[in-house]
Amino acid sequence: MIHSLFLINNVGDLFLEKHWKSVISRSVCDYFFEAREKAGEPDNVPPVIRTPHHYLINIYRDKIFFVSVIQTEVPPLFVIEFLHRVAETFQDYFGECSETTIKENMVIVYELLEEMLDNGFPLATESNILKELIRPPNILRTMVNTITGSSNVGETLPTGQLSTIPWRRAGVKYTNNEAYFDVVEEIDAILDKSGTTVFAEIQGVIDACVKLSGMPDLTLSFMNPRLLDDVSFHPCVRYKRWESERVISFIPPDGNFQLMSYHISAQNLVAIPVYVKQNISFFESGSSGRLDITVSPKQTMGKVVECVVVTIHMPKVVLSASLNATQGTYKYDPLTKILVWDIGKLNPQNTQKQPNLKGSLSLQSGAPKPEENPSLNIDLKIQQLAISGLKVNRLDMYGEKYKPFKGVKYVTKAGKFQVRT
Amino acid sequence: MTTMQKLLQLPVNAVNIVKSVQGVAQGQEEALSPVLTPDSGPQNWYNAVQPEELRHLRSSSFGGGGGGEGSDDRPAQEEGLTSIQSQPLRHDDLKEMLDSNKDSLKLEAMKRIVAMIARGKNASDLFPAVVKNVACKNIEVKKLVYVYLVRYAEEQQDLALLSISTFQRGLKDPNQLIRASALRVLSSIRVTIIVPIMMLAIKEAASDMSPYVRKTAAHAIPKLHSLDPDQKDQLIEVIEKLLADKTTLVAGSVVMAFEEVCPDRIDLIHKNYRKLCNLLIDVEEWGQVVIINMLTRYARTQFLNPNINESLLEEGSEKAFYASDDEEDEDKKAEAAALAKRKPYVMDPDHRLLLRNTKPLLQSRNAAVVMAVAQLYFHLAPKAEVGVIAKALVRLMRSHSEVQYVVLQNVATMTIKRRGMFEPYLKSFYIRSTDPTQIKILKLEVLTNLANETNISTILREFQTYIKSMDKDFVAASIQAIGRCATNIGEVRDTCLNGLVQLLSNRDELVVAESVVVIKKLLQMQPEQHSDIIKHMAKLIDNIQVPMARASILWLIGEYCEHVPKIAPDVLRKMAKTFTNEEDIVKLQIINLAAKLYLTNSKQTKLLTQYVLNLAKYDQNYDIRDRARFIRQLIVPTDKSGALSKYAKKLFLALKPAPVLESPFKDRDHFQLGSLSHLLNAKASGYQELPDWPESAPDPSVRNVEVIRLLERVTTLTSIPEWSKCTSRKDRKEKKVEKPFYSDSEGESGPTESADSESDSGSGSESASGSEESRSARSGSESEDSGEESESEEEEEDEEDQKKKKKRLEKTKARKAVEESAESEQSSGAEDRKRSRKMVKNQKSVSESDSESESSESEEESEEESEEESESDTDIRKKKAPVSKPPPKPSKKESKKENKEMSLLDLDDFEPAPASAPVTPVNFLSSSLVSDLEGLSLTDTILAPTTIAPSGSIKMYELLHRITGEGLAVEYCFSRQPFSPDPNMVAVQIQFTNNTNAETKNLHIEEPRLQSGMRIREFSEIEVLAANESVTVVMGIDFCDSTQAANFQLCTHTRKFYVSIQPPVGELMTPAFLTENDFKKEQGKLMGMNEISEKLTLGDKCVNEHVIVERVTATANLSRVPCGSDKECRFAGKTVSSGSLVLVTVAMKDSAGAQLTVNCEKMVIGTMLVKDILQALSQ
Repeated sequence: MIHSLFLINNVGDLFLEKHWKSVISRSVCDYFFEAREKAGEPDNVPPVIRTPHHYLINIYRDKIFFVSVIQTEVPPLFVIEFLHRVAETFQDYFGECSETTIKENMVIVYELLEEMLDNGFPLATESNILKELIRPPNILRTMVNTITGSSNVGETLPTGQLSTIPWRRAGVKYTNNEAYFDVVEEIDAILDKSGTTVFAEIQGVIDACVKLSGMPDLTLSFMNPRLLDDVSFHPCVRYKRWESERVISFIPPDGNFQLMSYHISAQNLVAIPVYVKQNISFFESGSSGRLDITVSPKQTMGKVVECVVVTIHMPKVVLSASLNATQGTYKYDPLTKILVWDIGKLNPQNTQKQPNLKGSLSLQSGAPKPEENPSLNIDLKIQQLAISGLKVNRLDMYGEKYKPFKGVKYVTKAGKFQVRT
Repeated sequence: MTTMQKLLQLPVNAVNIVKSVQGVAQGQEEALSPVLTPDSGPQNWYNAVQPEELRHLRSSSFGGGGGGEGSDDRPAQEEGLTSIQSQPLRHDDLKEMLDSNKDSLKLEAMKRIVAMIARGKNASDLFPAVVKNVACKNIEVKKLVYVYLVRYAEEQQDLALLSISTFQRGLKDPNQLIRASALRVLSSIRVTIIVPIMMLAIKEAASDMSPYVRKTAAHAIPKLHSLDPDQKDQLIEVIEKLLADKTTLVAGSVVMAFEEVCPDRIDLIHKNYRKLCNLLIDVEEWGQVVIINMLTRYARTQFLNPNINESLLEEGSEKAFYASDDEEDEDKKAEAAALAKRKPYVMDPDHRLLLRNTKPLLQSRNAAVVMAVAQLYFHLAPKAEVGVIAKALVRLMRSHSEVQYVVLQNVATMTIKRRGMFEPYLKSFYIRSTDPTQIKILKLEVLTNLANETNISTILREFQTYIKSMDKDFVAASIQAIGRCATNIGEVRDTCLNGLVQLLSNRDELVVAESVVVIKKLLQMQPEQHSDIIKHMAKLIDNIQVPMARASILWLIGEYCEHVPKIAPDVLRKMAKTFTNEEDIVKLQIINLAAKLYLTNSKQTKLLTQYVLNLAKYDQNYDIRDRARFIRQLIVPTDKSGALSKYAKKLFLALKPAPVLESPFKDRDHFQLGSLSHLLNAKASGYQELPDWPESAPDPSVRNVEVIRLLERVTTLTSIPEWSKCTSRKDRKEKKVEKPFYSDSEGESGPTESADSESDSGSGSESASGSEESRSARSGSESEDSGEESESEEEEEDEEDQKKKKKRLEKTKARKAVEESAESEQSSGAEDRKRSRKMVKNQKSVSESDSESESSESEEESEEESEEESESDTDIRKKKAPVSKPPPKPSKKESKKENKEMSLLDLDDFEPAPASAPVTPVNFLSSSLVSDLEGLSLTDTILAPTTIAPSGSIKMYELLHRITGEGLAVEYCFSRQPFSPDPNMVAVQIQFTNNTNAETKNLHIEEPRLQSGMRIREFSEIEVLAANESVTVVMGIDFCDSTQAANFQLCTHTRKFYVSIQPPVGELMTPAFLTENDFKKEQGKLMGMNEISEKLTLGDKCVNEHVIVERVTATANLSRVPCGSDKECRFAGKTVSSGSLVLVTVAMKDSAGAQLTVNCEKMVIGTMLVKDILQALSQ
């Protein structure tokens, strides 16, 4: 399946190579560089590139291209999904997945890659198993290792590898048994010029941090499971229970994991928490433009909208912006042509003085005025609210005697929230 | 053979050398090594191998090694080996560290070496120094040495051989991890000479007791195969053996090996098919992908096309069964097997098993798994069931952009075949300005494929915003997309054309050029009507510079010069002026234009044409010169000109067929979806063609082979007669009382379990808890369907019995086995555990699927399945001949059961079937049937009269005024009757009154312009409405639970009127009947944000609850819920299109105060409803 892997940074330096079968010369990457050149933006590099003898399947993540070499037919998603899993493992191990951390931990990276694939076929990709095989680095262990000469490599077969629950290791012990669940919902929306919703939906995930001793068997139930239209689960969740009873029953992995992601049925109207009034116009003469944006809270269920940021990708001809913000700060980067207005909190009481950004834009003189007005991307956050109304009813634990501490948190964020102008 | 001998002997020699030379200090260290060989003494013999040995080896046969290394390096290296200190070398320090006795130094050196490898630096000259550490006791050093070895062994084959014996010893290690990793590295060393050793090792490992080692063996198979394809036959034997493995751990890996080594040996799968289907959900995700892809291919060869007889299929299997003696069917299926002959199409239960077992995997977090299932459904499922994959695929659109890219490619292919599937998700394909261009273009493709008459207006509106994008490639693609919509959907062709013409005045040249090209294609379809557009384009030629666009315009003018007789010669005149400066394609079109004009209008253009041809004659491009020469001969009559010139006009002005704008994804589905070949639209190497469905199904009994084998075993089982005897119901019932069945078996197998204590304790406790849980699940199902319970219990018991028998049998067999008695004992222990665990799972699935209520179909299937199993079991017990497949039962029984379950379910999970109203006659002023029913259902007699919907209160709304309608007056009201053709629609009663003196004809609805999701079911056309008559019709509108207006045109034979119907929120619901308890329960579930509470002051007239009830029911189509307290009125309903509950409570307080509470999942509806009721009550 996967023959080789090359890691290439943003600039085009190849800084790691790993082969699972016979060695393939790194010159194969020239085809990739060619495609990269042609694509312009890194996002636009086609994920699958065909070369005379190989196929290159690549992903772009955290400013690194993971380029894998394939020789025979394989489902492309298989490879793409695996590469993302590799990146996630790096992130899990080193805190971030960047060129520097990978270079710093070259040996661990190499050991990980060796364990994750055998002859190009995935072997151990569960983080729990990997962590037993190869312990993640931390300062204390590095010190101990240098003194005692002990190693990062586990000597026994991870227990998970053999059981039917490969995601959990045996013999987990905690003094404080706790289970936290974060219900994070994101609003994906496209609003048109007049503020009407062209398209809106809610996507949610439940992230869990479970630190429970032994083999707990958890059951999570919702007040209103019918809201959930489409769900996908961590492999630990029992599908059948969900299908028949609409409860989530699972033996959790140890530590952090994403329990499920869901989609709220499209029929439910999505409450859009902010109202954006905008007017961006460019003038034919005088090479200037005007910008006027007001953001106010709308349907927020009495919660405060925080971390509101408006990002605008300006047309190339916009040279600078001289604006005045009644709240928050704005910044215009003339190089990337990105205008960022960081508003902060929206005050629900003060309806008179809504945050407003107003002023003029100066354009490159002589250039024709831009055809299209740039669209606004909005970022926001509402604590303690799941905008869909989803509520966790209860969490029950079976199989263990102790009483765990249970916590649920709700957050609503803006996902791909765009206002067309 | 000499090399082989050397290889096999060498380790022995080496060990001997070690024994003689071994230093004392080293011996001490070795004693500490717990991992490699706890029993024997000296094991890192390699340290003692003298450099002389190595040198001998190298000089004798180095040539075989792949030389990444320059030859001049070699002598230096050897020198370095003999005297490291004396000759300074590149990696001196590293070698020194590797030779030291300290592990930490070795580790450090190895880390640096591995970092070198990772960066792609050549470290092959260190091979001798590294390889001698292969037996190092430090596990991390060893692992890194393995990494190094695998990387460079190919280049240094002979040296690599020295490490082999270490691995051979490792293969016998008691620790399964060591065994596995030894096999892994051994098989990864690409040295042809060790092929026999690898083969032996793989064979041995394939029967290892540890599933992990067996998994590694499966992984090793393709490695060996690629190293030496001659071993294929032996490897296939191993694969066959491993395919029979019962553990989930092995399944994925062995199928992967199967796919690489012998994908065409489909016959190996037969016996394992059902097992693979059942294990699938527990296999790790990567294995799932491979298995699903393989099973797709398998199913294509073994089962019949479920869509072969689509019309019958849609009527359901029940009908199909009874309609079996239709002659027509007989004809169609003449060739089919005897079974199939009687019935038109009955899905093979194994086919159903596959579909059923893969479906839950659509919920996987792994995009590759979801895609694999999606392609399986696309290729294998009956048409009606394919729809389930759409939702999951749309979900993947949220994932990384690479995933989106692949998914969109596949969706694009699917949308061509099955457009309806993705139509509800149209909006999910809307494009954001932040999407990468390649994603935008794919989304555009999907949107174009999805466009049809009903949604085209929304799509076009969407396209309009895309055209303004800054991303020019995307804009061009959008214009193309508009062109394609226009060609595919005749209704919007003119609209699109007008839009595109407007784009011609766009400032961006690319946009204009692209539009010109598309317009050209569109005009070709109906040129007569659009001469003004052609004129407009002719004007554009002065400004447009893009060659392709200029060429297109010229071609258009030439082609349709008869429609623009005045302009065409003038254009030619202009072009003749600029001819020399044009691009080649433009020049060619100028010549074309000249020729065509000459033929139609030679008077005006003769000179011009000759001028142009003269210019072309001396052009630099030979194509143009050729063309000019050719055309001159053809059109200008000379005495020499041949017969052809007579036909010149026919040649040039022949009617040209309009181009068909097709999706590039058309016909891509002959590649298996989700495959690399599909993505590239070209066959990738190693791609396995997806076979066509067979004409008639191959013998399905091949998959039963397992049973026969079981039979053999069972016949030997004479020592335990009591198991085979219990056939009567009573006996079995008694058996059931023996509760601690599991714990017994666990206890039994407990003591014999292997020494791998770690895994034991884990899995043991796990399976115990699993069984406990399944028991509880079972008890749950018991209480629910008491009727079925006993039967399913029995089946389970049977299964258990059977399993247990098998176990015993195996155990006794194992005990008898002479060879490796201890190990096989262990292995049978492991098997037992696995099996019991699996059994638990099976059982669980059975009981669960019984209690499952949502999909009656799958339930039915599972029932069938389990029945079949139990039957086969009993057969074995009676020592009968192999089982023939039980014919699927007529589904009468199932349907009965279904009904029963429906009634058992609470409202929460199942929306009650819509009040089964037959087509109620349209009665204008009657109280609705619903409220009649309600009155009956209420026991509270005092309340009954008030709950009848106020008959006079149905409000009429005006749709079309008499004056604007030119005599036609239209009024409508919400009749509150269930709309029988579609329960999700609101019935709207429309009354037409013809106030004119003439007849109005053909009253009907046209061009509904709806918010997406909304649907209209039109009333049937009213053919004639006589003067001063009125008529009433009913139409259905699905407002999607929103108060958005439904816009449409009301057409008569003469006029069209734009009208819209906007429903008050109260009409978007139908009454729901709840008891007081249900009401409270439901209300409890709809707390928080779903609850809206408001205080109000009751109006003067709202003196008693009768009035309140009247007011509320007039405002909203709700039914009253009985209530103990007379201070409260409760109402319940559910929204028409989605069936969400709407609960209203009016609690009266002292004097005129009251509290209104509305609970509804749909917050917007709730808010609006509160407002309306408030208003109604406070008047």
